[in-house]
Amino acid sequence: MSAPSLEIAQLTVRFGGLAAVDDVSFAVAPGRVHGLIGPNGAGKTTLFNLVCGLVAPTSGAIRLDGQRIDALPSWGRSKLGLARTFQNIRMFNDMSVLETVMTGMHAGLAESLPAVLLRLPSFRRAERAALEKAWELIDFVGLADAAQRRSGDLPYGDQRRLEIARALACEPRLLLLDEPAAGMNPSETHALEELLERLKGRGVTMLLVEHDMHFVMRLCDEITVLNFGRKIAQGAPVDVRADPAVVEAYLGAKVARSLEAPR
Amino acid sequence: MAEFLDDFLFTYQNLVYSLGVNGLLALSIYVVLAVGQLSIGQAAFMGLGAYVSALLTVKLGVAFPLVLLAAMITPALAALVVGAPTLRLSGVYLALATIGLGEVQRIVFINAEFTGGALGLSGIPTRGGLISIYGSLALALVAFVCVARSKIGRAMEAMREDELAAGALGVDLPAYKLGALVVSAMLAGLAGALNAHVSSFISPNDYGFDAAVTILSFALLGGIGSPFGPVLGAFILTLLPEVLRPLADYKTVVNGAIIVVAVIFMPRGLLAWRMGRAGAAFRRPK
Repeated sequence: MSAPSLEIAQLTVRFGGLAAVDDVSFAVAPGRVHGLIGPNGAGKTTLFNLVCGLVAPTSGAIRLDGQRIDALPSWGRSKLGLARTFQNIRMFNDMSVLETVMTGMHAGLAESLPAVLLRLPSFRRAERAALEKAWELIDFVGLADAAQRRSGDLPYGDQRRLEIARALACEPRLLLLDEPAAGMNPSETHALEELLERLKGRGVTMLLVEHDMHFVMRLCDEITVLNFGRKIAQGAPVDVRADPAVVEAYLGAKVARSLEAPR
Repeated sequence: MAEFLDDFLFTYQNLVYSLGVNGLLALSIYVVLAVGQLSIGQAAFMGLGAYVSALLTVKLGVAFPLVLLAAMITPALAALVVGAPTLRLSGVYLALATIGLGEVQRIVFINAEFTGGALGLSGIPTRGGLISIYGSLALALVAFVCVARSKIGRAMEAMREDELAAGALGVDLPAYKLGALVVSAMLAGLAGALNAHVSSFISPNDYGFDAAVTILSFALLGGIGSPFGPVLGAFILTLLPEVLRPLADYKTVVNGAIIVVAVIFMPRGLLAWRMGRAGAAFRRPK
């Protein structure tokens, strides 16, 4: 068996006396979609920030494809194939949609300063290839008609799609999605789910935090539940939603029943 | 016609030189602002370039191209020393550190013997001139346009818009910030050297806090959507006092009012146009 895409091992981070993430371990196998759920304050976002390098762990290890990444800055992790979207969308407002996606290719684009200054053939080739790939990606997320528009002017749902295209631009081995459906109306959520299903079909490994339980249960192969920084359950969606500890801490009996019923 | 041009140059020589030098200084602050940082040290870098170049020419008689090279390398080293520790942090630390650099340097220049103390250095022989000043400005502009339309330009704009997101996309933030500061110091040093060799006289107070703020205002007035904005800002702020000369005592009042009005009504600068960021045409490939 190959190494997991992401491996979290006995990860702990303390802010003063508070253990925001407390001895959490789990792994995401290649090509799988892994969900992270739990009540507000459970440590989901902290765990996300640990994985992408915005918070340093107190102890424990994070491995990407078997390689320790917990001492690397966020840009170093990105070079190894980690990409993310943000809970509150972070756009480069003045850039066009195409430029935004091309910015996402930063780590993988071979353009040396001399080649840039002298407009060498190698630079031109790299830029053309990048542009071609950017067109493919915005086609994939359904933004081709908005290619030349200012990113900041797109509607919310489209900005989320653009953020995903930007994250995909570096051909990540693992894509982190921080509450992708937050703030979306039902039709936007539905379209997003359809997009993520297609991503899954392409074999993209994903770890996502989300509060929309129907969304999570349908999309994820496996779910980890956090409460007060500790892992309280892990397993397939069917098992997790039936777990009494999860119902008690997070779902509540009513939601758990509604999840049983197919929608 | 040629005669007219000669007359014009003779009368306005200093102004024509100042325009080019200030254009270079505007580009030097532009690089720093373009990565979302703030430096109040451009005048210090300029002063360092000016003093190093003047001393090399006056005391050692070094050839002018080598003098220019030294005037770029010395401030670049100073930028490394100031930038390396402060640019790992985000926020205003660079601005604070560069104010410090400027003041320390000014006091050293005032008190040191070999820099001529408070009187400064005079009798610097004339070197370079129109061609070297405007040649440098043109080269720098072309280089910045090339860089803006590449992955480097995209990374710089991304940093300015959202540092966190840029870092998550693989932009090595400390390296870019330090690189920008070093390039900026080199340009300011070059401007200082070119200026010293056409004005024949330099003194420590030419490179103080006031000068740093003036350089910053070039970019703020012009806008930083493209490298042309700051240069335009520099040209206007350099010309304005000359154009307003007939107003005599009210000159500075009107000068200030024009800047205030421009900043209020054009917060993105006079030239709000933003340059495209792709090095290839945006047309959809067939």
